[in-house]
Amino acid sequence: MKNVIFAGVGGQGVILASKILMEVAKNAGYDVKESEVHGMAQRGGSVDCNVRYGDRVYSPLIPREEADFIVSLEMLEVMRKLEYLAPGGRLIVNTEKVNPAPVQTGAMQYPPDLREWISKNVKNALFVDTSGMLKEVGTRKALNIVMLGILSRDLEFTREQWESAIKSLVKEKFLDMNIKAFNLGREYN
Amino acid sequence: MEKKVLLGNEAIARGAYEAGCHVATAYPGTPSTEILETIARDYREIRSQWSPNEKVALEVAAGASVSGGRALAAMKHVGLNVAADPLFTFSYTGVNGGFVIVNADDPSAWSSQNEQDNRHLARAAKVPMIEPSNPQEAKDFTKLAFDLSEEFDRPVIVRITTRIAHSQGIVELGERQEVPVKPFVRNPQKFVMLPAHARPRHVFIEEQHKKLKEYSNRSPLNRIEWGNKKRGIITDSVAYQYVKETCPDDSVLKIGMVWPMPDDVIREFAAGVEKLYVVEELDPFIEDYVKALGIPCTGKEIIPICFELTPDIVDRALNGKIKGGAYPKYETNPVPPRPPALCAGCPHGFVFTVLKKLDLHVNGDIGCYTLAALPPYSAMHTQGCMGAGIGMHLGMEKAHGPEMARKSVAVIGDSTFVHSGITPLIDLVYNKGTGTVIIMDNRGTAMTGHQDHPGTGKTLSGEETHTLDLELLVKAIGVKRVVVTDPKNVEELERIVREEVAAPEPSVIISKRKCILIK
Repeated sequence: MKNVIFAGVGGQGVILASKILMEVAKNAGYDVKESEVHGMAQRGGSVDCNVRYGDRVYSPLIPREEADFIVSLEMLEVMRKLEYLAPGGRLIVNTEKVNPAPVQTGAMQYPPDLREWISKNVKNALFVDTSGMLKEVGTRKALNIVMLGILSRDLEFTREQWESAIKSLVKEKFLDMNIKAFNLGREYN
Repeated sequence: MEKKVLLGNEAIARGAYEAGCHVATAYPGTPSTEILETIARDYREIRSQWSPNEKVALEVAAGASVSGGRALAAMKHVGLNVAADPLFTFSYTGVNGGFVIVNADDPSAWSSQNEQDNRHLARAAKVPMIEPSNPQEAKDFTKLAFDLSEEFDRPVIVRITTRIAHSQGIVELGERQEVPVKPFVRNPQKFVMLPAHARPRHVFIEEQHKKLKEYSNRSPLNRIEWGNKKRGIITDSVAYQYVKETCPDDSVLKIGMVWPMPDDVIREFAAGVEKLYVVEELDPFIEDYVKALGIPCTGKEIIPICFELTPDIVDRALNGKIKGGAYPKYETNPVPPRPPALCAGCPHGFVFTVLKKLDLHVNGDIGCYTLAALPPYSAMHTQGCMGAGIGMHLGMEKAHGPEMARKSVAVIGDSTFVHSGITPLIDLVYNKGTGTVIIMDNRGTAMTGHQDHPGTGKTLSGEETHTLDLELLVKAIGVKRVVVTDPKNVEELERIVREEVAAPEPSVIISKRKCILIK
């Protein structure tokens, strides 16, 4: 079984990224489950999706220390999910910071040493500056798909399988943009 | 057949479609909203609608059923409180066409004001309740619920929780079964609940309850999965998945029909295992029942009663496994929380800026604006349920005298006002209150994703319809001081609020500005 957590902030497209991964896994013949929380998340709160695929999946929630991957679209959100990462699990982090409300109002500070701390304590962490790739795609909305592309390098599915899943879930007029974003992520090094 | 990845709520919509459902109704509420949105989007064969509130939604569905159609009403757990009145009596009348109520509980109150366990309502209303544990079952059980409803002449509740509603999984699709709408046959003894009719109906439904109990005993909905017999676990809903994940070798009794409970199956299972456990979310509903049968079991001593379960909680309770420690704790700085907040530029923000400045007591209501109770506004001081703020506002004035109304307001959104703010406003006028009510009209049901309502002039399927005129409505109620204003002009809004709160008679301020997220 493979366990993947997508973490981010409401509006970053965490749910679409997880839907595409599920579609790829389903088409490859796996059982798939996912869990998400709606509602308050729409108002800029933390969002995360648990995706699991394998021969047989029971719980839609990933137990602690069993996530093979955490893909975090925002750096601070890693800290809320790290307890779920398996020992040696892969962490893929977008280095961009989105200030939460208490930071915006000045009540708290955005921890300045997060990246340092994560690098030191999570051996298998990849920090990605997505800004260049997003500029190339032409929209910051493609962040979720760029990150999915980066994740895809570590999963067993082919480029064709990914593209076909994206095609079945993304609106026609956004398709080219999303395919481009995915491939930029997939070719990232 | 085709296999698709569906959200639990989408699977329920699909189940209704395949069952040949004719009419579906709801008032939006997390985590149930996507059921009707999916029906309206994908299954136009079903006539679907947003109703002004859950009570009306359930009654419209009841009318469809009593007259011979297959009908579904969907709502969140607290919505079923609003609809409890019709539920308890349509339990007596029974149905004609299949009548299914989908109830979405919210353990952990992710998006709710409480985490009530509505399995109790099935028992209290004497209505059968079935509980899927994944999206495939969500579809299958919904479909089955229509058949059960017709076979036993009962409304049937399909109970889901957030982790069923908002989790996705693979669902094998089936074809739609076309079911003709049966004729409406007048039968006042069944459909008019005069006391003289209600009494024999009560006797009738107790007889049906016995038949349902037989069904529950032989139904595949309640399934024993024998494993190691040292330990047997009775479980339901998503908790079943956590049990299978963490205790794969144990014997399991999966309860899919939680009311009426399958006594014989429970006895058989209990007799077959050395030690019996009950793993269920929220209240000890199954556990109390098992104990009442005289069967000892372990449940809430080790399984928490508050908040949703997780595989980790079940693993710890049953296997003593505690995880954590693979990574050190980050302790150099506090990690700032990311609470949901009113969006930058939100029209509600202007209103709360004024209310905070004037330091008024604010009786709030249910919607995005409830977030104004939190910093930076901290400008909401009471809130309970849909529509409560206006009645509470009047109650404060009754307790403290009219001077209380000079330093307080009630605030309510447009959708919530239509849902259940109208009757308390009538009360405020009728019982000579002098308070001010601010209707924050942002042109939609914003919190749940901008669903339409009678005040927006559009139906669930996007058709144009009559637009409820809130200004005319509050005038008709008898409010003479009615001001409509755009909150973006904060100075003007402040002047109006000062003036209306000071006026010794009822007043309504309609603060009208579209939610910034509506395109």
